[in-house]
Amino acid sequence: MLEIKNLHVKLEDEDKQILKGVDLSVEAGKVHAIMGPNGSGKSTLSYVLSGRDGYEVTDGSASLDGDDLLDLEPEERAAAGLFLAFQYPVEIPGVGNMTFLRTAVNAQRKARGEDEMSAADFLKVVREKAKSLKIDADMLKRPVNVGFSGGEKKRNEILQMALLEPKMCILDETDSGLDVDAMKLVSDGVNALRDAGRGFLVITHYQRLLDHIKPDVVHIMANGRIVKTGGPELALEVEQNGYADILSEVA
Amino acid sequence: MALPQTVIDTTEARIAGLDLPQGGWSAAARADALARLRAMGLPQRRDEYWKFTRPDTLTQPDVPQAALFDPQESPVFDGFDRLKIVFVDGVFDPAQSDDLTLEGVSIDRLADVAEADIHWARDLYGVLEARGQDPVERPLAALNTAFASDGVLIHVTGKPSRPINLIYQHGDTQSDAILHHVLRVDSGAEATILENGPAAARFNKTMEIDIADTGILHHIRKQGRDHERRAVTHMFARLGRESVLKSFTVTVNGVLTRNEVVVELTGDDAVAHVAGASLGDGDFHHDDTVFITHDAVNCESRQVFKKVLRNGAVGVFQGKILVKPDAQKTDGYQISQSLLLDDDSQFLAKPELEIYADDVACSHGSTSGAIDEEALFYLRARGVPERKATDLLTLAFLAEAVEEIEDEAIAEDIVTRLEGWLSRHS
Repeated sequence: MLEIKNLHVKLEDEDKQILKGVDLSVEAGKVHAIMGPNGSGKSTLSYVLSGRDGYEVTDGSASLDGDDLLDLEPEERAAAGLFLAFQYPVEIPGVGNMTFLRTAVNAQRKARGEDEMSAADFLKVVREKAKSLKIDADMLKRPVNVGFSGGEKKRNEILQMALLEPKMCILDETDSGLDVDAMKLVSDGVNALRDAGRGFLVITHYQRLLDHIKPDVVHIMANGRIVKTGGPELALEVEQNGYADILSEVA
Repeated sequence: MALPQTVIDTTEARIAGLDLPQGGWSAAARADALARLRAMGLPQRRDEYWKFTRPDTLTQPDVPQAALFDPQESPVFDGFDRLKIVFVDGVFDPAQSDDLTLEGVSIDRLADVAEADIHWARDLYGVLEARGQDPVERPLAALNTAFASDGVLIHVTGKPSRPINLIYQHGDTQSDAILHHVLRVDSGAEATILENGPAAARFNKTMEIDIADTGILHHIRKQGRDHERRAVTHMFARLGRESVLKSFTVTVNGVLTRNEVVVELTGDDAVAHVAGASLGDGDFHHDDTVFITHDAVNCESRQVFKKVLRNGAVGVFQGKILVKPDAQKTDGYQISQSLLLDDDSQFLAKPELEIYADDVACSHGSTSGAIDEEALFYLRARGVPERKATDLLTLAFLAEAVEEIEDEAIAEDIVTRLEGWLSRHS
C-alpha cells in the first residue's frame, strides 16, 4: 500500500540531509511501528509524506497504492487516502471544530467525485463517532483545538481519522502528552479503525503505546535510515536496553 | 491664527459649488458650522490627522467619476423585516421608502422639517459634531452640518419592533451626496439602525447620536460595493448613564473610505463597542479613525477592527482612547489587525492611549500578518484545498469583529456575503 524507496530528504533552506535512504513498505491491514532516538528523522518522514513545506526530496520515491505521493499537493494526498495524526495538532482560533470537520470530509468527498454530506447527516455521524472517543458537544463547538488539553487534541485527531476513513494512517508520536487513561482511549479509537483494507504507520519513542496498538512489524530508525526491522519483540528490546545496543550492533 | 492661503482656497473652492439651505430651525446651526469650517479649513495632505489618507478627492469641488456596479447579489438586509428609508444619490426617495410610521419611534426628514420646530433635533443638530471638533478637528463634518441637503431625524422613544434601514443607492456616476442624520434614543428605549449601499460617487455623511441614560442602540452598516465610490463618514455619539452603543461596519471595495467615529461616554456604566471588518482587493483605501473619550466612571469601550488586504490594497487605523481624570474604573480595549494576503498591500496603524485616571484597565494591540502557514497546512493535510483553506482562515481572522454583531441572523448573512466575496477574489 505505502511504498517508500530510497527516500532522501534535506531541509529546503539548509544544507542538512535528514533522510538518507529510507526503504519501507506498509501492507494493507498491517500496523508498522517506527521507533528511534530523537533526531533520527521519524517526524520528518511523516511530514514529507503528508506534503509539508520546508523539505526537499533529493532522491527516491513514495507512493500510495501506486500513486506517486511526492508529486501531489497535501490536499490531494489526503484525498488519495493518506492521513497524518499530528504530533502537535494546530490550534485554529475562529474556525469551529464542527465546521472544520465537515469542510474536510466534504472536500475529500468532492475530490473523489462523491456527493457532499448534509449538515444533518454529518451531525449524526459525528455524534456517534465522537461518543466513543468521549468527545462532548462542547469540544465540537469550540474552535479547532483551542483550549483543548493534550489528550483532547489527540482524541480530536483520532476523530478526524475516523470521519475521513483514510487508507493509510500515519500517527506521529500520538502518545506524547497523554496520560495512561487518554492513551487507552486514543488506542481504542485507533484499534477500532484497524481493518483489512487499511495500513498504519505508528511513530513513537516508547514501547508503551505499542502495548495498546499491537504492531505487526517494528522498524528502528536512526540517522535518517531504517536500521533494523523485526517483529513486536524488537520494541520490547528497545524498552529494556535502549537504542544504544541496537545502534552499535548495526553500526 | 490666520489659515494659510492654500487652505482658504481649498475651502472656498469647495463651498462655492454648494447651496447653504436657508430658513428653519437648523439655519443657526448651519451658520455656526460654516463659521467652524472656515476657521478650521478643509484638511490638507500634510495634516497629521490625514497622514495616511489623502483628503484631496474628498475636498475638491469636482467629483471623480464612479462607475455604477452591479453586485449580482441581493442587497444586504433584504431578507429581514425592517423599515426602509431609501436615498438615491443622497436624495430621499419616497416611492421606494416605507411609510415612516413605526411605534416607538418618530422619523422626520431633515429637508421637510425646516419650518417645523423639532426641539429635540434642534438641541442636537451640529451640537455633537461641534463637541467632536475638540481636541481633533474634523472639518468635513462641519461642512456636512452646514450643507447637508437631506437626512433623517430619528427619535426613539420606545422599542420599535423592526430595525430602521437607511438604504443608499447610487445612480449617477458623478453624484455628490451630503446627508446628515440625527438620532436620539430616550431613556429605556432601544433600536437597531441598519445602513447599506454605495450612496453616491462621493458621499459625505454625518450621524449624530445621543443616547440617554439606559438607552440602547445597535448599528450595523454595510458600505456599498461600487469599486470607484468615495466616502467620508462621521459618527458622533454621546452616551448617558448605563447606555449602550454597539456599532459594526463591514466594507468591501471602494476606492476611498474614511469612517470616523467619535464617542463620548458621559454617564457612568455606559458601554460603547465599535467594530469593523473591511476587505479590499486592488484599488482600495480604507481608513477607520476612532476617538473614544471616557468621561464617567466604570464605562467600557471596545474597538475591534480587522482588515483583509490584497493586491496593493491599503488599510488605515487611527484609534484613540482618552480617559479623563475622573473616569475611574474605565475598561478600554482596542485591537486593530490586518491580514496581508500578499507583499503589495499595506496596513498603517496609529493606536493611541491617553490616560489621566489612575484606576483603569486599558489594553490595545495592533498587528499585521499573513495567513498562518501551520494552520493552512493542517487544513490542507485534512483535504481542504488551499484556496478554501485560505478563505476559511480569512473568515476566522475576521471572526472577532463579526462577533460584535449581536443579531445572529444578520451576522450569519454577513459572513455568507464575506465568504462570497472571498471566493470571487483570489
